[in-house]
Amino acid sequence: MIKISVKNLNLYYGKFHALKDINMDINKNEITAFIGPSGCGKSSFLRTLNRMNDLVEDCKIEGEILLDDKDIIKDIIDVNILRKRVGMVFQKPNPFPMSIYDNIAYGPRTHNINKKSILDDIVEESLKKAAIWDEVKDDLKKSALRLSGGQMQRICIARALAVRPEVILLDEPTSALDPISTSKIEDLLGDLKKEFTIIMVTHNMQQATRTSDKTAFFLNGELIEFNDTETLFSIPSKKSTEDYITGRFG
Amino acid sequence: MKGKRFEKFMKGIFILSSLVSIVSIVLICVFIFKGGIPFIKEYGLKNFLFGREWKPSNSPPIYGILPMILGSFYVTIGAVLVGVPIGVMTATYMSYFSGKRIYSILKPSINLMAGIPSIVYGFFFLTVVVPIVRDVFGGTGMNFITASILLGVMILPTIIGISESALKAVPKEYYEGSIALGASHESSIIKVVIPAAKSGIMASIILGVGRAIGETMALILVAGNQARMPKGITKGFRSLTTNIVMDMSYASGTHREALIATAVVLFIFILIINGIFSIVKRRSLR
Repeated sequence: MIKISVKNLNLYYGKFHALKDINMDINKNEITAFIGPSGCGKSSFLRTLNRMNDLVEDCKIEGEILLDDKDIIKDIIDVNILRKRVGMVFQKPNPFPMSIYDNIAYGPRTHNINKKSILDDIVEESLKKAAIWDEVKDDLKKSALRLSGGQMQRICIARALAVRPEVILLDEPTSALDPISTSKIEDLLGDLKKEFTIIMVTHNMQQATRTSDKTAFFLNGELIEFNDTETLFSIPSKKSTEDYITGRFG
Repeated sequence: MKGKRFEKFMKGIFILSSLVSIVSIVLICVFIFKGGIPFIKEYGLKNFLFGREWKPSNSPPIYGILPMILGSFYVTIGAVLVGVPIGVMTATYMSYFSGKRIYSILKPSINLMAGIPSIVYGFFFLTVVVPIVRDVFGGTGMNFITASILLGVMILPTIIGISESALKAVPKEYYEGSIALGASHESSIIKVVIPAAKSGIMASIILGVGRAIGETMALILVAGNQARMPKGITKGFRSLTTNIVMDMSYASGTHREALIATAVVLFIFILIINGIFSIVKRRSLR
């Protein structure tokens, strides 16, 4: 089932044409990975899906992005509702400088859930889903900044889950983490896709093969190839995809 | 070889230059404490600090500075009440709301505010604000209300400048994290960015307090300067600083020593405030 459908998307930063005529259907309950060399447009594309690019001056978007058949630019006027439905986890773990509990409760509070018993449930549920509950359940009042990098990133995932999104965007979520934390997060993504649609930018091709169902390869703002991960990595149909995944450039 | 000697020479010049400030502060300390401590010893610390009357021309003269300590204390609170909300909100506006054009007007204006001589502030308040306060609250118009507004305005550049840099130093990632959860720009600033900058904002408030306590020439024009226990916000008062200026021109003997001792008390207040400032600043760097 298609969750997000992108049609003829073009994105400009001022005069720079950053994404060129992108067409892509992203399936529900799958992990879709975006790969490609730095500056290829994969992060820009990811940030278009929850309109984080609105924060960039001079950014212009053309085309359609349908989330459950609603255009996220024309039909979903309130960008805050869009961002509630399409959550995001960043490259650098960015928990707020407050307690673990308040970090997770921040999103629900923003959307006017203030009752303590409900918040308590959401916090516990989100931390459990992000596989970090057992490590922090006794220190919920502790500052989130005192955790390790891997724990912080899972706190950020829990924070994103707490607003009950439908889609989760991850922008190189493990590039700042050690191998053990990375594998914990990869395992976690496998569990989360049962409930959410996951889209991930990664620099690490092994990560894409290990975790994702579909992979998209970007180069110079164009979507070169988009296919089942297995197919894309074993029988790439384009020469440049093959060159990239075999390490000839990038 | 020649280069090395030049380097040594320059190093000496640099050390000498920095010695100037250290020597000045040491000399000021020595002068103030040497001039003030003997008087405090003789008159009694308790009588001096907690004496409720300042009557240097009585016989025997009475040198109690509690009225001035309280005057300085209350007017500083007033200045904080006026200056801190305005200052912090201005800093927030400048760092996250104003466009580039408005910023390019605001920033230099606030820098200019810091450069205006304090007597000019005093004169402006004396001619513009004092009559308004007089009309509204009666009396002379020279009282805690006027003085608090004056000092509140005068500490704005300090509070705005330091708060603004603290707010701008908050990592962009916090803001983006909040936005990505569906929070609006405004609530992201209020709930995440400002709390993250709170130690920097605290530091700005403390420096502002230091400036308010030390202010003299502007205050003297609008405070009324009555050396008596503070009687209410619509009544005149005297601060530690204005006490020294008011009497210094004619004081001699123990009266003069009592004024230097007043400066000792003021100096100690400033030391305490600076101490708190360093602690807060160290915490904010953590």
